[in-house]
Amino acid sequence: MKRLFVALIAVLLGVGGGVAVVPAGVDQAVVESDAMPPKLSAFGLFRGNDPKMPSTGIGYTLRAPLFSDYTDKNRFISIPAGKKAKVGADGVIDFPVGTVLVKSFGWSDVNGGHPVETRLLIRRTAGWVALPYIWDADGKDATLALGGRRVPVSFKSPDGTAHTIRYAVPNKNQCKECHSLGGEIVPIGPKARNLILDPAASDRMRSLYFDTPAALKPVMPQWDDPKSGSVAARARAYLDVNCAHCHNPAGSASNSGLFLRWTDDPAGVNYGIDKRPTAAGRGSGGMDFAIAPGDPDRSFLIYRLESTDPGIAMPEVGRSTVHREGAALLRQWIAEMPKASH
Amino acid sequence: MRILGLRHVATLCIVAASVATPTMAETINVSATTPDANEKLQEALILAKPGDVVQLGAGVWNLADGLSLDVPNVTIRGAGAGEGGSILDFSAQQGAGEGLLVTSDDVFLTDFAVLNTKGDGIKSKGADRIVYHKLRVEWTAGPKQTNGAYGIYPVESRDVLIDSVFVRGASDAGIYVGQSRNIVVRESIAQENVAGIEIENSYDADVHDNVATKNTGGILVFDLPSLPMQGGHNVRVFENVVKDNSTPNFAPKGNIVASVPTGTGVLIMANRNVEIFDNIFDQNGTANVMIVGYRYEHKDPQYQPLPKAIVVRDNQHGKAGYAPGFPGGDRMAAAMGGSIPPILWDGSGDAIVTDKVGVLSLNLPDVRTPQTEAKPAPADLSKGTPPAPLPTIKLPAAMEAKVK
Repeated sequence: MKRLFVALIAVLLGVGGGVAVVPAGVDQAVVESDAMPPKLSAFGLFRGNDPKMPSTGIGYTLRAPLFSDYTDKNRFISIPAGKKAKVGADGVIDFPVGTVLVKSFGWSDVNGGHPVETRLLIRRTAGWVALPYIWDADGKDATLALGGRRVPVSFKSPDGTAHTIRYAVPNKNQCKECHSLGGEIVPIGPKARNLILDPAASDRMRSLYFDTPAALKPVMPQWDDPKSGSVAARARAYLDVNCAHCHNPAGSASNSGLFLRWTDDPAGVNYGIDKRPTAAGRGSGGMDFAIAPGDPDRSFLIYRLESTDPGIAMPEVGRSTVHREGAALLRQWIAEMPKASH
Repeated sequence: MRILGLRHVATLCIVAASVATPTMAETINVSATTPDANEKLQEALILAKPGDVVQLGAGVWNLADGLSLDVPNVTIRGAGAGEGGSILDFSAQQGAGEGLLVTSDDVFLTDFAVLNTKGDGIKSKGADRIVYHKLRVEWTAGPKQTNGAYGIYPVESRDVLIDSVFVRGASDAGIYVGQSRNIVVRESIAQENVAGIEIENSYDADVHDNVATKNTGGILVFDLPSLPMQGGHNVRVFENVVKDNSTPNFAPKGNIVASVPTGTGVLIMANRNVEIFDNIFDQNGTANVMIVGYRYEHKDPQYQPLPKAIVVRDNQHGKAGYAPGFPGGDRMAAAMGGSIPPILWDGSGDAIVTDKVGVLSLNLPDVRTPQTEAKPAPADLSKGTPPAPLPTIKLPAAMEAKVK
């Protein structure tokens, strides 16, 4: 009944046209229901439905973000009043029911920097739910795109290269392909080792949302800042965030036997060192090993990262361009490894 | 009396179950000619409820992105896998590692075709009790290195049925079952793939009444190291026609199937308790049956690289061994009067062969010995006591009912 009511309201708002009437603040009833509102405004996550103006919550960035076609991501966490996220001893953050992780994706040189899409990861009683919303042409609201969509865009990456791509907004299932652990949806980035809360947020604000904000120690280096860690450490941070969400024993790529978590043994065969292809198909590029120490050109991990062919490219979803800077870091890491004995 | 009582209880349970289960299963029709058909079909697969049928309209679906299903107990049904049926054409695919990905249990896929995917055709992962039925997965230009790897690809699943499918052109394996258990592959045709049918790192499989023809290798039973599930065993390959597997190997180098010699009928590598019986073999230029160890360097102390307790019996052997596709094979054939025997063994592990044809051993019992040190000689493997016959694989009745 409540779901019907919410849908009805959304329809009425849509019919009304003009500026959507936005509820004041986050509508926890919608957040915590099992609804999939057709319009993003139903959640009340933004003031005046302006994606740059979260109506609540705390902003964050990541030491190593997941590469998504050079998009700038605006992230914040909305946690219901009176509840707090708990930071576990293992660095995994337990967010309370009613939490929303909000991520808006865009490029500074596309549509005046207005986001193309906003993805929500919502903690409901039954678990996390991922919902993708695409901003309408007039920029006033965003519409649910359960089935995903290709959006043509042209932008320049930081090195000045011009890209024209059909950017893929993931469908709901693809959200889960990455955000999956043992078949359940989980957040990827916001772990203690990777999370940087908005430096402008006061201590009071931090302790409003986290039971022990001091436990949020981002031990992973900043992948693109040489001062923050060695090449190997930064490469491992990059792999952790860009690959390990699937490449772990309970992830979507569990059958590959290639496990790239920050906590995995970086010298082991299961980290790719001298590991032969399993089900790589064309992804092996005619090479024998995922990582051939000292030889990035014979490491098909690099080959797959540098491809955009769907039969070859890794990750399988989430990018239509090559992350040259990330690939360069991994190339350097592999090149600096001592060559194997064989 | 007691039995009657039990029956009564059982009947009550069934009645209770059928009352408790809402019978709101729907058929969701999706048309190939709908604008944004790709998006609409994906939406239907997301919004489907357990019990629903997603009915694919007839016609050619031009799809740019891979599809996925994550709802249990859903049927995807087309209007046929041949001309005029429901043809999911991925020739212009831009994203995703496969055409269709299934990650939920009790899914039934039937009566449609998946063509020209950039990666794998249909993959199911962690999808128990999946049924693949009357499907066609094809790379329509025939064997090409740029074709996707696997046609039908269930992995990490329990209870897998592949029945009456046709797969052609896979640059790895047409039908590939990996890291799964309790598997039946039957009445299917695998043609012009590198490997026709491959059972890898899996337990308990029956592969029967299939046709594997014009592949590089017809039917493969493999076990590979450094994978979460290994120690492949209990596989029966029987009553298949394995014929003219003569397509030059077109797998990308580095993949394990790139090492399969052209002209291989059945190849068993590093498994235990594999039975090959009542098959019809003909025109496999390297060998009708090959039994080998895993002869590559590896760093997995748990891994068992030898073939063990392999039984080969009651097969019908046509012409074989006339074009051995491994280094030095041509010289061996020449030395043996033009062809090597139909059964080839590298000399590692153990096997019992009672077929009335010759066995050639390369006499390389240690898998670390390079193949260049082969000392080929005829071998008699007919002695010894065969292990107890493997039982028939039984799948849950609900799975069999779907294909009745």
